[in-house]
Amino acid sequence: MYFLKRLFFAIPLLLVISALAFWLVHIAPGGPFDRERAPASPEIERNLEAKYHLNEPVWKQYLRYLDGLVHGDFGPSLKYRDHTVNDIIAQGLPVSMTLGSLAFCFALGIGLPLGFFTAARRGRWEDYAGSFLATLAVCVPGFVLAPFLVVVFAIKLKWLPVALWESPAQAILPMIALGAYSAGKVARLFREGMLNAMQSEFITAARAKGMGENRLLFKHAVRIAVLPVVSYSGPMLADLLTGSFIIENIFQIPGIGVFLINGALNRDYTVVVGLALLYAVLLIALNLAVDFAYTWLDPRVKYE
Amino acid sequence: MKSAPARSWKPGVGSQGARVGRWNTIFCVLTSGFCLLASGCIRGEPAADLTILNGAEPETLDPAILTGQPEMRIAIGMFEGLTRFDPQTARPIPGLASGFEVSPDGRTYTFHLRTNLVWSTGGPITADDVVYSWIRALAPATASDYAGQLFYLKNAEDFNAGKIKDPSRVGIRALDPLTVRVELNHPTPFFLDICALPVTYIVPRQTIEKYGDRWIMARPLPSSGPYELAYWRLNDKVRLKKNPRYWDAAHTQSDIIDLLPVGSPSAALNLYMNGQADLVWDKELVPTELVDLLIKRPDFHQFNYLATYFIRFNVTQKPFDDPRVRQALALAIDKERIVKKITRAGEQPASHLVPDGTANYLPVEGLGYDPVRARQLLAEAGYPDGKGFPRFEYTFNAAAGGAAEIHQNIAIELQQMWRDQLGIHMDLRQLEWKVYLSAMDHLDYNLARSSWVGDYNDPQTFLGMFTSTDGNNRTGWKSAAYDALINEANQQTDLVKRGEIFQQAETMLVSNQVPIIPLFFYVGINYFDTNKIQGVYENILDDHPLQCIRKVSPKSKVRSQN
Repeated sequence: MYFLKRLFFAIPLLLVISALAFWLVHIAPGGPFDRERAPASPEIERNLEAKYHLNEPVWKQYLRYLDGLVHGDFGPSLKYRDHTVNDIIAQGLPVSMTLGSLAFCFALGIGLPLGFFTAARRGRWEDYAGSFLATLAVCVPGFVLAPFLVVVFAIKLKWLPVALWESPAQAILPMIALGAYSAGKVARLFREGMLNAMQSEFITAARAKGMGENRLLFKHAVRIAVLPVVSYSGPMLADLLTGSFIIENIFQIPGIGVFLINGALNRDYTVVVGLALLYAVLLIALNLAVDFAYTWLDPRVKYE
Repeated sequence: MKSAPARSWKPGVGSQGARVGRWNTIFCVLTSGFCLLASGCIRGEPAADLTILNGAEPETLDPAILTGQPEMRIAIGMFEGLTRFDPQTARPIPGLASGFEVSPDGRTYTFHLRTNLVWSTGGPITADDVVYSWIRALAPATASDYAGQLFYLKNAEDFNAGKIKDPSRVGIRALDPLTVRVELNHPTPFFLDICALPVTYIVPRQTIEKYGDRWIMARPLPSSGPYELAYWRLNDKVRLKKNPRYWDAAHTQSDIIDLLPVGSPSAALNLYMNGQADLVWDKELVPTELVDLLIKRPDFHQFNYLATYFIRFNVTQKPFDDPRVRQALALAIDKERIVKKITRAGEQPASHLVPDGTANYLPVEGLGYDPVRARQLLAEAGYPDGKGFPRFEYTFNAAAGGAAEIHQNIAIELQQMWRDQLGIHMDLRQLEWKVYLSAMDHLDYNLARSSWVGDYNDPQTFLGMFTSTDGNNRTGWKSAAYDALINEANQQTDLVKRGEIFQQAETMLVSNQVPIIPLFFYVGINYFDTNKIQGVYENILDDHPLQCIRKVSPKSKVRSQN
């Protein structure tokens, strides 16, 4: 019931987001058809505006857009005129989602063990080394890490390709570059969670009953400690799945992240609003999934 | 609400076991998902014979709509016009038309189509297709940015504006299936160049009428040029495959060509250095910080082309409404220093707008570097040593790649030169691209960075821009005398006299009235190994027909030498 209610409330939320995005992108100065070379006559510009209904008031354009949306049509791209926004999403989203899922797996695959390890070795040199690594991953931005990885692993060592998106080997460097920040974040959250959990009363009780340290860590502490990671996972996954402009640009990956940024710069109205909506839907869905996962992992949590 | 699917998967196992199972499940799902995803990006496709890094993602491949160079460089392979550009000289040579006659007054052209023209999907290409293609480019519903290239045709502008509804009144008609007659408003010496531009390419009527706006994505897509579009994946690649039915297919050099959009100069250089790309032909793809080193390499090729970097004045505001002030600012710029210190790729300083080497023209000398005269002029205008000169702004755009840095460094250099030489103070204003364009259009600036790339090889493409009504003027400068000169030049059939009239107009523009200050002429840079790639020639339009380019493997090269 609770989840149905949440789904129901998502609809007005999406309407507000789409209206806001539509309005914001329209009030930005310059339009999709402003170019360095002006057309030979003002009529040419009028022809263009008439073709894409840009000569109508914004509210009317918005209603027209909503009408298309109801029919599953995100409209034509104003910059890439041979393609619809549906085409752009259909081609770019699977790529971004693949890369995003890989980066998500990488973030959890590296972050969770690292967090666990540093928590278990708290205060020893392993903890300091591991925590330093996690902090470094959080601090070094993608546009520094990605070229660094390319120089080391692709150009100097020649282990991996420099860019493009054709073979699995080409996914490795972008996956690391994209997932490193999240991996560091997960490690820190998990370590923090573990340390908190280890101080809680039920652990003390279990320890007093003579339960082994490993069993204590793996069986009891982990379940509580993982909760902050779970709540971070939803927005993290939404962020990773929708692609990154920087990573896609550096590795020449045909994902959706490039379109969101360039769409805004190009005043490609339909692309911006379409992708903003897509992002919103993903975020809502994944937050819902996180709440769902909570009830599964932590029996104390119940939603009414 | 509590779900228990994990528990039911392992019946008979106690609750602790179930929890372990839960984690195992998560682990298994993650690992198998990982493998599945990693394998998901494998694509089994034949390798291309030639891989080209083509700059920005093409906005469209519809020849009537495209405006940019990356788009033109692909479309040139897929469709052809009545003429095409010679790969070495970039002068127009016969394309789909084998020949033509022109009337003595230079206003009527009669084109004869080749007799062996066939669409890539079969079926003849006829004079009706030519007429359809041109009328389509002009039709208001097509909303072509470059429809203006066809305004030289009789009634074309009115038809495009919707003032004439009947397409048969436009100056193009088919006399018979192989003959097209074109009537022009005035003699147009560069008309054969126009006939090689994408907006005039011959496109397939039936496909367009069937599929509408997105006909380029239709399969099969009939093409009139040497290549067919195999596929186009956004931000990934455009693959072209040879069209065996093209009239000159025997001379098409490569069977499969991949054209990759690349946004980052360092990615381009990496791909090239690692052998994943054969040819990089966009200057924006040369990392600016490495330009000094790279241009010394034998595989980096520089060439002049029809493009000028200049500054616009907004002449509607004080103090820039005074030509003496504009002249003073122009004379105080050491352009040599800008090309040596900032752009560094071998650019030539410019004192005039029309680049050297433009056809039908000999350029004039404009204002050089003369700070003494500059101070004198500024004093005459009422600002001795810059006293009383208001602060003003220099507007330039943010750009992708290395261009942004160059714009910014030039702005800083100008700021310093004018302060040191003239004692005047300028603020810098960097704007995002679309905001910058909008500011230019609304004359919401004092001085603005500008550039222009010639559309065709003739002074008109540069000088026509500053007539009073041209949308590209963007300076507020209006001169009836200048308009009259441009108009007179365009009526003139004698090319020498025409050139002289254009010279008078340009002198006005760059020496007397100075609504603009030319800074330098661009150079293009392509990079490819001349031992491996043949058929790319440096020419003034930076135009490289795809069918001429081929990769020679070391083996076949030895053979050809024997």
